[in-house]
Amino acid sequence: MRITAKQLKQKAKSILDNYQRDQGMLVSILQDIQAEYNYLPKEAVVEVSQALGAPLSQVYSVATFFKAFSLEPRGRHLINVCLGTACHVRGAVRVLEAIERELDIKSSRTTKDLKFTLETVNCVGACALGPIVIIDGEYHGQMKTDKVKALLENYT
Amino acid sequence: MVTLSIDGREVQAEEGATILEVARDNNIYIPALCYHEEVAPYGACRLCMVEIAANGREKLVASCLYPVEEGLRVKTNTERVINNRRMIMELLLARCPDSEVIQDLAKQVGVDKTPFKLEDKQCILCGLCVRACEEVVGVSAISLVNRGVNRQVASPFYEAPDACIGCGSCAYICPVNAIKMEDIGDTRTITMPNPKMKKIEFKLKKCKVCGKYWAPERQLEYIARIAGLAPETFDVCPDCRQ
Repeated sequence: MRITAKQLKQKAKSILDNYQRDQGMLVSILQDIQAEYNYLPKEAVVEVSQALGAPLSQVYSVATFFKAFSLEPRGRHLINVCLGTACHVRGAVRVLEAIERELDIKSSRTTKDLKFTLETVNCVGACALGPIVIIDGEYHGQMKTDKVKALLENYT
Repeated sequence: MVTLSIDGREVQAEEGATILEVARDNNIYIPALCYHEEVAPYGACRLCMVEIAANGREKLVASCLYPVEEGLRVKTNTERVINNRRMIMELLLARCPDSEVIQDLAKQVGVDKTPFKLEDKQCILCGLCVRACEEVVGVSAISLVNRGVNRQVASPFYEAPDACIGCGSCAYICPVNAIKMEDIGDTRTITMPNPKMKKIEFKLKKCKVCGKYWAPERQLEYIARIAGLAPETFDVCPDCRQ
Protein backbone atom coordinates (compact mmCIF):
# COMPACT_ATOMS: atom_id res chain seq x y z
CA MET A 1 0.00 0.00 0.00
CA ARG A 2 1.42 3.37 -1.02
CA ILE A 3 0.84 6.16 1.42
CA THR A 4 -0.05 9.40 -0.28
CA ALA A 5 1.64 12.61 0.76
CA LYS A 6 -1.75 14.01 1.76
CA GLN A 7 -2.61 11.10 4.08
CA LEU A 8 0.84 11.39 5.57
CA LYS A 9 0.44 15.08 6.29
CA GLN A 10 -2.98 14.48 7.82
CA LYS A 11 -1.64 11.76 10.11
CA ALA A 12 1.37 13.84 11.12
CA LYS A 13 -0.96 16.75 11.92
CA SER A 14 -3.20 14.66 14.16
CA ILE A 15 -0.17 13.25 16.02
CA LEU A 16 1.22 16.77 16.41
CA ASP A 17 -2.12 17.97 17.79
CA ASN A 18 -2.09 15.18 20.37
CA TYR A 19 0.97 16.87 21.80
CA GLN A 20 -0.29 20.47 21.41
CA ARG A 21 2.58 21.04 18.95
CA ASP A 22 4.96 21.31 21.88
CA GLN A 23 8.62 21.42 20.85
CA GLY A 24 9.57 19.58 24.03
CA MET A 25 7.56 16.57 22.87
CA LEU A 26 9.60 16.11 19.70
CA VAL A 27 10.84 12.62 20.57
CA SER A 28 7.34 11.40 21.52
CA ILE A 29 5.93 12.81 18.30
CA LEU A 30 8.58 11.07 16.22
CA GLN A 31 7.98 7.85 18.15
CA ASP A 32 4.28 7.97 17.30
CA ILE A 33 5.06 8.52 13.63
CA GLN A 34 7.58 5.69 13.70
CA ALA A 35 4.95 3.42 15.31
CA GLU A 36 2.43 4.36 12.64
CA TYR A 37 4.60 3.81 9.56
CA ASN A 38 7.45 1.70 10.93
CA TYR A 39 9.78 4.47 9.81
CA LEU A 40 9.95 8.25 9.57
CA PRO A 41 8.89 9.33 6.10
CA LYS A 42 10.74 12.42 4.91
CA GLU A 43 7.52 14.39 4.40
CA ALA A 44 6.51 13.69 8.00
CA VAL A 45 9.85 14.93 9.34
CA VAL A 46 9.46 18.13 7.31
CA GLU A 47 5.86 18.54 8.55
CA VAL A 48 6.96 18.10 12.18
CA SER A 49 9.69 20.71 11.78
CA GLN A 50 7.27 23.23 10.28
CA ALA A 51 4.50 22.60 12.80
CA LEU A 52 6.84 22.89 15.79
CA GLY A 53 8.70 25.87 14.36
CA ALA A 54 11.95 23.98 14.91
CA PRO A 55 14.68 24.03 12.26
CA LEU A 56 14.58 20.97 10.02
CA SER A 57 18.26 20.34 10.71
CA GLN A 58 17.57 19.97 14.42
CA VAL A 59 14.62 17.62 13.94
CA TYR A 60 16.81 15.61 11.57
CA SER A 61 19.57 15.49 14.20
CA VAL A 62 17.19 13.96 16.71
CA ALA A 63 15.73 11.55 14.13
CA THR A 64 19.20 10.25 13.27
CA PHE A 65 20.47 10.16 16.86
CA PHE A 66 18.17 7.47 18.23
CA LYS A 67 18.40 3.92 17.00
CA ALA A 68 14.66 3.53 17.56
CA PHE A 69 14.06 5.79 14.57
CA SER A 70 14.58 4.77 10.99
CA LEU A 71 14.53 7.10 8.02
CA GLU A 72 14.31 4.18 5.60
CA PRO A 73 11.14 2.10 5.25
CA ARG A 74 11.31 -0.99 7.42
CA GLY A 75 9.93 -4.47 6.88
CA ARG A 76 6.63 -5.76 8.27
CA HIS A 77 8.56 -8.27 10.36
CA LEU A 78 11.64 -7.49 12.40
CA ILE A 79 14.19 -10.28 12.75
CA ASN A 80 16.73 -9.96 15.55
CA VAL A 81 19.59 -12.44 15.56
CA CYS A 82 21.32 -12.66 18.90
CA LEU A 83 25.10 -12.46 18.60
CA GLY A 84 25.82 -12.47 22.34
CA THR A 85 28.71 -14.60 23.59
CA ALA A 86 26.64 -17.71 24.34
CA CYS A 87 24.80 -17.62 21.01
CA HIS A 88 28.02 -16.76 19.23
CA VAL A 89 29.88 -19.86 20.43
CA ARG A 90 26.89 -21.98 19.46
CA GLY A 91 27.03 -20.78 15.87
CA ALA A 92 24.85 -17.66 15.75
CA VAL A 93 27.03 -16.20 13.00
CA ARG A 94 26.20 -19.16 10.75
CA VAL A 95 22.49 -18.73 11.52
CA LEU A 96 22.77 -15.06 10.63
CA GLU A 97 24.52 -15.90 7.39
CA ALA A 98 21.82 -18.45 6.55
CA ILE A 99 19.13 -15.80 7.03
CA GLU A 100 21.13 -13.31 4.99
CA ARG A 101 21.35 -15.85 2.17
CA GLU A 102 17.70 -16.81 2.44
CA LEU A 103 16.49 -13.20 2.31
CA ASP A 104 19.29 -12.00 0.05
CA ILE A 105 20.01 -9.01 2.31
CA LYS A 106 22.81 -8.06 4.68
CA SER A 107 22.32 -7.42 8.37
CA SER A 108 20.56 -4.10 9.24
CA ARG A 109 18.87 -4.06 5.82
CA THR A 110 15.29 -4.53 4.64
CA THR A 111 14.11 -6.85 1.89
CA LYS A 112 12.91 -5.25 -1.34
CA ASP A 113 9.32 -6.46 -0.77
CA LEU A 114 9.39 -4.78 2.70
CA LYS A 115 8.63 -8.12 4.32
CA PHE A 116 11.62 -8.45 6.65
CA THR A 117 14.13 -6.17 8.34
CA LEU A 118 17.19 -8.03 9.62
CA GLU A 119 19.11 -6.82 12.64
CA THR A 120 21.50 -8.22 15.19
CA VAL A 121 21.47 -7.78 18.95
CA ASN A 122 24.15 -8.47 21.56
CA CYS A 123 22.42 -10.76 24.06
CA VAL A 124 18.75 -10.94 24.94
CA GLY A 125 19.29 -12.74 28.24
CA ALA A 126 18.03 -16.11 27.01
CA CYS A 127 21.47 -17.68 26.67
CA ALA A 128 20.25 -21.19 27.59
CA LEU A 129 18.18 -21.20 24.41
CA GLY A 130 21.00 -20.04 22.12
CA PRO A 131 21.47 -19.52 19.29
CA ILE A 132 18.32 -17.48 19.44
CA VAL A 133 16.41 -15.61 16.75
CA ILE A 134 13.62 -13.20 17.65
CA ILE A 135 10.98 -12.39 15.06
CA ASP A 136 8.44 -9.71 16.00
CA GLY A 137 9.16 -10.31 19.67
CA GLU A 138 8.70 -14.07 19.44
CA TYR A 139 11.69 -16.11 20.59
CA HIS A 140 12.90 -19.03 18.52
CA GLY A 141 15.58 -20.91 20.45
CA GLN A 142 18.16 -23.50 19.45
CA MET A 143 18.20 -22.24 15.90
CA LYS A 144 20.05 -24.14 13.24
CA THR A 145 20.89 -23.11 9.71
CA ASP A 146 18.64 -25.83 8.27
CA LYS A 147 15.66 -24.57 10.33
CA VAL A 148 15.90 -21.02 8.95
CA LYS A 149 13.94 -21.55 5.75
CA ALA A 150 10.97 -23.24 7.46
CA LEU A 151 10.91 -20.56 10.15
CA LEU A 152 10.81 -17.67 7.68
CA GLU A 153 8.05 -19.34 5.66
CA ASN A 154 5.69 -18.89 8.63
CA TYR A 155 5.63 -15.15 7.99
CA THR A 156 3.74 -13.40 5.25
CA MET B 1 35.55 41.02 39.99
CA VAL B 2 37.36 37.94 41.23
CA THR B 3 41.05 37.28 41.71
CA LEU B 4 42.58 34.02 40.57
CA SER B 5 45.99 32.77 39.64
CA ILE B 6 46.98 31.27 36.31
CA ASP B 7 50.40 29.64 36.21
CA GLY B 8 51.27 31.49 39.39
CA ARG B 9 50.28 34.88 38.00
CA GLU B 10 47.60 36.82 39.89
CA VAL B 11 44.92 38.07 37.52
CA GLN B 12 41.66 39.95 37.93
CA ALA B 13 38.64 38.75 36.04
CA GLU B 14 35.00 39.51 35.48
CA GLU B 15 32.72 37.12 37.33
CA GLY B 16 31.15 34.61 34.95
CA ALA B 17 34.07 34.68 32.50
CA THR B 18 35.63 31.33 31.66
CA ILE B 19 39.23 30.37 32.41
CA LEU B 20 40.07 30.35 28.70
CA GLU B 21 38.73 33.87 28.14
CA VAL B 22 40.61 35.23 31.13
CA ALA B 23 43.81 33.46 30.08
CA ARG B 24 43.60 34.90 26.57
CA ASP B 25 42.89 38.40 27.92
CA ASN B 26 46.11 38.07 29.91
CA ASN B 27 48.17 36.72 27.04
CA ILE B 28 48.42 33.23 28.51
CA TYR B 29 48.20 30.73 25.69
CA ILE B 30 45.88 27.73 25.92
CA PRO B 31 45.37 25.82 22.66
CA ALA B 32 41.77 25.30 21.54
CA LEU B 33 40.01 24.46 18.30
CA CYS B 34 36.30 24.51 19.12
CA TYR B 35 36.32 27.90 20.86
CA HIS B 36 35.20 31.08 19.16
CA GLU B 37 34.32 34.29 20.96
CA GLU B 38 31.19 34.82 18.86
CA VAL B 39 29.48 31.56 19.84
CA ALA B 40 28.72 29.89 23.14
CA PRO B 41 31.47 27.58 24.42
CA TYR B 42 30.89 23.93 23.77
CA GLY B 43 33.81 21.87 25.13
CA ALA B 44 34.12 19.58 22.15
CA CYS B 45 37.81 19.51 21.23
CA ARG B 46 39.19 19.07 24.78
CA LEU B 47 42.46 20.73 23.79
CA CYS B 48 41.95 23.50 26.32
CA MET B 49 42.06 21.18 29.35
CA VAL B 50 43.84 22.78 32.32
CA GLU B 51 44.47 21.71 35.87
CA ILE B 52 42.70 23.46 38.71
CA ALA B 53 43.08 23.07 42.45
CA ALA B 54 39.78 22.51 44.21
CA ASN B 55 39.22 21.14 47.72
CA GLY B 56 42.88 20.23 48.02
CA ARG B 57 42.66 18.01 44.93
CA GLU B 58 43.78 18.81 41.46
CA LYS B 59 41.54 18.04 38.57
CA LEU B 60 41.41 18.57 34.83
CA VAL B 61 38.68 20.76 33.42
CA ALA B 62 37.90 22.19 29.99
CA SER B 63 38.95 25.82 30.44
CA CYS B 64 36.54 27.05 27.77
CA LEU B 65 33.59 25.97 29.93
CA TYR B 66 34.85 26.49 33.48
CA PRO B 67 33.80 29.80 35.04
CA VAL B 68 36.42 31.58 37.11
CA GLU B 69 35.94 31.87 40.85
CA GLU B 70 37.65 33.71 43.71
CA GLY B 71 40.97 32.16 44.70
CA LEU B 72 40.99 29.62 41.87
CA ARG B 73 44.46 28.28 41.07
CA VAL B 74 44.88 27.29 37.45
CA LYS B 75 47.88 25.60 35.88
CA THR B 76 48.08 25.37 32.12
CA ASN B 77 51.39 23.59 31.74
CA THR B 78 51.73 20.76 34.24
CA GLU B 79 52.93 17.35 33.12
CA ARG B 80 49.39 15.99 33.39
CA VAL B 81 47.97 18.76 31.22
CA ILE B 82 50.71 18.36 28.63
CA ASN B 83 50.29 14.58 28.47
CA ASN B 84 46.55 15.00 28.01
CA ARG B 85 47.01 17.59 25.33
CA ARG B 86 49.46 15.36 23.47
CA MET B 87 47.08 12.42 23.57
CA ILE B 88 44.24 14.54 22.18
CA MET B 89 46.56 15.88 19.48
CA GLU B 90 47.56 12.32 18.54
CA LEU B 91 43.92 11.36 18.21
CA LEU B 92 43.14 14.44 16.12
CA LEU B 93 46.20 13.82 13.96
CA ALA B 94 45.05 10.25 13.35
CA ARG B 95 41.60 11.44 12.38
CA CYS B 96 42.74 14.24 10.07
CA PRO B 97 46.32 13.43 9.00
CA ASP B 98 46.09 15.74 5.96
CA SER B 99 44.98 18.85 7.81
CA GLU B 100 47.67 21.51 7.88
CA VAL B 101 46.12 23.25 10.86
CA ILE B 102 46.19 20.02 12.87
CA GLN B 103 49.75 19.26 11.76
CA ASP B 104 50.96 22.70 12.81
CA LEU B 105 49.17 22.59 16.14
CA ALA B 106 50.51 19.09 16.76
CA LYS B 107 54.08 20.30 16.17
CA GLN B 108 53.47 23.15 18.56
CA VAL B 109 52.58 20.78 21.39
CA GLY B 110 55.43 18.44 20.50
CA VAL B 111 53.55 15.75 18.61
CA ASP B 112 54.99 14.73 15.25
CA LYS B 113 53.51 11.27 14.81
CA THR B 114 50.52 9.36 16.03
CA PRO B 115 50.35 5.78 17.30
CA PHE B 116 46.75 5.45 16.17
CA LYS B 117 45.36 4.10 12.92
CA LEU B 118 45.12 6.85 10.31
CA GLU B 119 41.77 7.93 8.93
CA ASP B 120 41.14 10.39 6.12
CA LYS B 121 38.58 12.71 7.69
CA GLN B 122 38.72 16.46 7.36
CA CYS B 123 36.15 17.43 9.98
CA ILE B 124 36.97 17.26 13.71
CA LEU B 125 33.29 17.52 14.75
CA CYS B 126 33.87 20.60 16.89
CA GLY B 127 30.44 21.87 15.90
CA LEU B 128 31.59 25.46 15.34
CA CYS B 129 29.91 25.62 11.91
CA VAL B 130 26.66 24.27 13.34
CA ARG B 131 26.75 26.70 16.25
CA ALA B 132 27.61 29.69 14.06
CA CYS B 133 24.80 28.79 11.67
CA GLU B 134 22.36 28.70 14.57
CA GLU B 135 23.61 31.43 16.90
CA VAL B 136 25.18 33.99 14.57
CA VAL B 137 23.35 33.55 11.27
CA GLY B 138 20.13 32.22 12.79
CA VAL B 139 19.11 29.79 10.07
CA SER B 140 20.28 26.38 11.39
CA ALA B 141 20.80 24.94 7.94
CA ILE B 142 23.24 22.27 9.09
CA SER B 143 23.52 20.11 12.18
CA LEU B 144 25.43 17.20 13.65
CA VAL B 145 23.67 14.00 12.60
CA ASN B 146 23.89 10.35 13.65
CA ARG B 147 25.94 9.43 16.67
CA GLY B 148 29.07 7.74 17.88
CA VAL B 149 31.55 6.88 15.14
CA ASN B 150 28.96 7.83 12.51
CA ARG B 151 28.58 11.39 13.75
CA GLN B 152 29.03 13.99 11.02
CA VAL B 153 28.11 17.49 10.02
CA ALA B 154 25.32 17.35 7.45
CA SER B 155 22.27 19.07 6.09
CA PRO B 156 18.88 17.38 6.51
CA PHE B 157 18.74 14.27 4.27
CA TYR B 158 22.16 15.27 2.88
CA GLU B 159 20.41 17.54 0.37
CA ALA B 160 21.14 21.16 -0.46
CA PRO B 161 19.42 22.76 2.54
CA ASP B 162 16.45 25.08 1.91
CA ALA B 163 17.38 27.08 5.00
CA CYS B 164 20.94 27.81 3.83
CA ILE B 165 21.53 31.37 2.59
CA GLY B 166 25.03 30.71 1.30
CA CYS B 167 26.66 33.23 3.63
CA GLY B 168 29.72 31.05 4.14
CA SER B 169 29.94 31.61 7.90
CA CYS B 170 30.53 27.88 8.32
CA ALA B 171 33.50 27.95 5.96
CA TYR B 172 34.85 31.09 7.62
CA ILE B 173 34.61 29.76 11.18
CA CYS B 174 35.83 26.19 10.53
CA PRO B 175 39.06 25.95 12.56
CA VAL B 176 40.57 23.27 10.31
CA ASN B 177 39.37 24.67 6.95
CA ALA B 178 37.34 21.56 6.23
CA ILE B 179 34.47 23.48 4.64
CA LYS B 180 35.46 24.90 1.27
CA MET B 181 33.91 27.93 -0.37
CA GLU B 182 34.64 29.37 -3.79
CA ASP B 183 33.12 32.18 -5.87
CA ILE B 184 33.53 31.70 -9.61
CA GLY B 185 31.68 34.01 -12.00
CA ASP B 186 28.08 34.25 -10.86
CA THR B 187 28.16 31.13 -8.67
CA ARG B 188 29.29 30.46 -5.12
CA THR B 189 30.08 26.84 -4.31
CA ILE B 190 30.21 25.51 -0.76
CA THR B 191 31.63 22.03 -0.24
CA MET B 192 30.96 20.28 3.06
CA PRO B 193 33.44 17.67 4.30
CA ASN B 194 30.81 14.99 3.91
CA PRO B 195 31.07 12.44 1.07
CA LYS B 196 27.28 11.98 1.11
CA MET B 197 26.67 15.64 0.31
CA LYS B 198 26.96 17.22 -3.10
CA LYS B 199 28.47 20.66 -3.60
CA ILE B 200 25.94 23.38 -2.74
CA GLU B 201 25.64 26.17 -5.30
CA PHE B 202 24.33 29.69 -4.91
CA LYS B 203 23.65 32.34 -7.48
CA LEU B 204 25.50 35.58 -6.76
CA LYS B 205 23.97 39.01 -7.17
CA LYS B 206 25.37 41.38 -9.77
CA CYS B 207 25.96 45.00 -8.82
CA LYS B 208 23.91 47.32 -11.06
CA VAL B 209 26.70 49.89 -11.21
CA CYS B 210 30.05 48.09 -11.45
CA GLY B 211 28.71 44.71 -12.60
CA LYS B 212 30.66 42.77 -10.00
CA TYR B 213 29.10 39.68 -8.46
CA TRP B 214 29.30 40.48 -4.78
CA ALA B 215 27.05 38.31 -2.55
CA PRO B 216 24.64 35.38 -2.75
CA GLU B 217 21.11 36.44 -3.69
CA ARG B 218 19.62 34.33 -0.91
CA GLN B 219 21.81 35.94 1.71
CA LEU B 220 20.80 39.42 0.57
CA GLU B 221 17.12 38.46 0.57
CA TYR B 222 17.55 37.10 4.09
CA ILE B 223 19.30 40.24 5.36
CA ALA B 224 16.68 42.47 3.74
CA ARG B 225 13.92 40.44 5.36
CA ILE B 226 15.28 40.37 8.92
CA ALA B 227 16.41 44.00 8.79
CA GLY B 228 13.14 45.18 7.25
CA LEU B 229 14.88 46.73 4.24
CA ALA B 230 13.53 47.05 0.72
CA PRO B 231 14.84 44.30 -1.57
CA GLU B 232 16.28 46.95 -3.93
CA THR B 233 18.68 48.05 -1.17
CA PHE B 234 21.18 45.49 -2.37
CA ASP B 235 20.97 46.14 -6.11
CA VAL B 236 24.19 48.08 -5.75
CA CYS B 237 27.27 46.71 -4.01
CA PRO B 238 28.74 48.52 -0.96
CA ASP B 239 31.69 49.82 -3.01
CA CYS B 240 29.38 51.65 -5.42
CA ARG B 241 26.79 52.73 -2.86
CA GLN B 242 28.45 55.95 -1.53
